Amino acid sequence: MTAHEKISPVEIQQETPKITARNVCVSYGNHQVLHDIELDIPRRKVTALIGPSGCGKTTFLRCINRMNDLIPSCRVTGNITLDGANVYDTAVDVEVLRRRIGMVFQKPNPFPKTIYENVAYGIKLHGLSSDKADLDRRVEKSLRRAGLWDEVSNRLETSGTGLSGGQQQRLCIARAIAIEPDVILMDEPCSALDPIATARIEELIHELKEKYTIVIVTHSMQQAARVSDYTAFFHLGDLVEKGETESLFTHPKDERTEAYITGRIG
Amino acid sequence: MPQEHIVKIYDDELANLDRLIAEMGGEVENLLSDAVQSLVQYDAILSAEVIVRDKRIDALEMEIVAQATRLLALRQPMAADLRTIVASLRLVNDLERMGDYAKNISKRVKTLVKTPLLSAQHASVKRMCKLVGEMIRQVLDAYLQRDIKQAVSVIEQDEGVDLLYTSMFRETLTYMMEDPRNISACTHFLFIAKNIERIGDHATNIAEQVYYIVEGKQFEEGHINHDLSADVIRDTGEEA
Ligand SMILES: Nc1ncnc2c1ncn2[C@@H]1O[C@H](COP(=O)(O)OP(=O)(O)OP(=O)(O)O)[C@@H](O)[C@H]1O
Ligand SMILES: [Mg+2]
Repeated sequence: MTAHEKISPVEIQQETPKITARNVCVSYGNHQVLHDIELDIPRRKVTALIGPSGCGKTTFLRCINRMNDLIPSCRVTGNITLDGANVYDTAVDVEVLRRRIGMVFQKPNPFPKTIYENVAYGIKLHGLSSDKADLDRRVEKSLRRAGLWDEVSNRLETSGTGLSGGQQQRLCIARAIAIEPDVILMDEPCSALDPIATARIEELIHELKEKYTIVIVTHSMQQAARVSDYTAFFHLGDLVEKGETESLFTHPKDERTEAYITGRIG
Repeated sequence: MPQEHIVKIYDDELANLDRLIAEMGGEVENLLSDAVQSLVQYDAILSAEVIVRDKRIDALEMEIVAQATRLLALRQPMAADLRTIVASLRLVNDLERMGDYAKNISKRVKTLVKTPLLSAQHASVKRMCKLVGEMIRQVLDAYLQRDIKQAVSVIEQDEGVDLLYTSMFRETLTYMMEDPRNISACTHFLFIAKNIERIGDHATNIAEQVYYIVEGKQFEEGHINHDLSADVIRDTGEEA
């Protein structure tokens, strides 16, 4: 037992990272796309993953909630923990894991169901509600938190796919937070949104971090700088630099980070 | 920064910022030397010219601020680029103040024609001007080359200027005590010397900005002011 494990539970709760990644390597077939990733993701903070297209951000994000299990050619080695427990342990129920780690994708993907059902579905699936009134309350609360309620409260029974792109994205966020996960993974959640919808989502991220641990992949350096507390820079499958967002963007240590964030390599 | 930006025009815009700062700095350097020249030669024409030329420095400051603001808005600069732009906004303010101090020196020429400086004071003013002029030249060079060694050297030189000012202050007090008719010239002299000393302080501020651009953190030692003239007055008061 290390000294760290001996400290009292309260301290562990505050000090230990929510998620840790050690020696994480990922290959698709025999093409290795992530090399020995080591990263701690602090709890109740926003961690941004940045880097050029194809550097492995999405792949890494998908390792955390084992979405890569769904890709037959994908092989993940190394160690990822959530609250100290190995995510890849054979005893782990992947459904439970994915309930604790919600995900919002780059392209909004509402179910072809009503707006209400999109949000209610996960709540019912995981048995979080005892009765209809409670379910209604949870749906409303999630939609409010996602900043969508005022726009949809009078059309809850219409299809989620009939919303605009930005509204759909906020619906997916409402769906993700409805099941009360601990962690929310967001893969370029604003890439299809206008500046106002983007600002709303950034505001939401800011509110959500009081309760949740958030990991966001973004191609916008300005967005990473605005919303995140910590930033990790990936390049060609390596985690080149990680640290507090402010210092990474004002005086990065690695030349590759400097070159990327100042617009010298793409 | 060895590599170029993917967007080439961004490089041009940053280079243009440097060019404007170099131009403004050159103007300040010339203004100080001409201001002191107008003073020691009691040249009213040159002094009037210095006062007018200070306007050009003010205009350059506005141009640089506009350019830096534009870069902030359009390019969303990061890392060293961001530090350069933030530093440029601060250091033009220093350059502008330096121009003002040079102008203030020239403004005294009209009065000094009636009450000339003592000959020893001519030499002192020239000597200080030479030291501070050299600091300006070096700090501009340090900025353009992002040369941290030279920037630190400028910061160190300021100590010499402060010490010289303090000793001149002390000397001036003795002239005034020797003969009250010297008081008018001595008072002017002290204002002029103080103006030059302040220019040195601003050159030091710029050197600290260069340090920030290169290192990404503020110069730690901070600025130690070696102008001990306040203590001189106190000491003299106790002696008297
Ligand atoms: N299903 C897959 N099968 C094979 N290779 C894949 C698969 N998914 C991703 N890759 C490869 O893995 C590498 C990393 O891809 P990934 O999607 O993680 O990059 P990314 O950093 O998210 O890029 P982007 O910013 O463009 O979304 C790329 O070379 C990509 O071609
Ligand atoms: Mg991706």
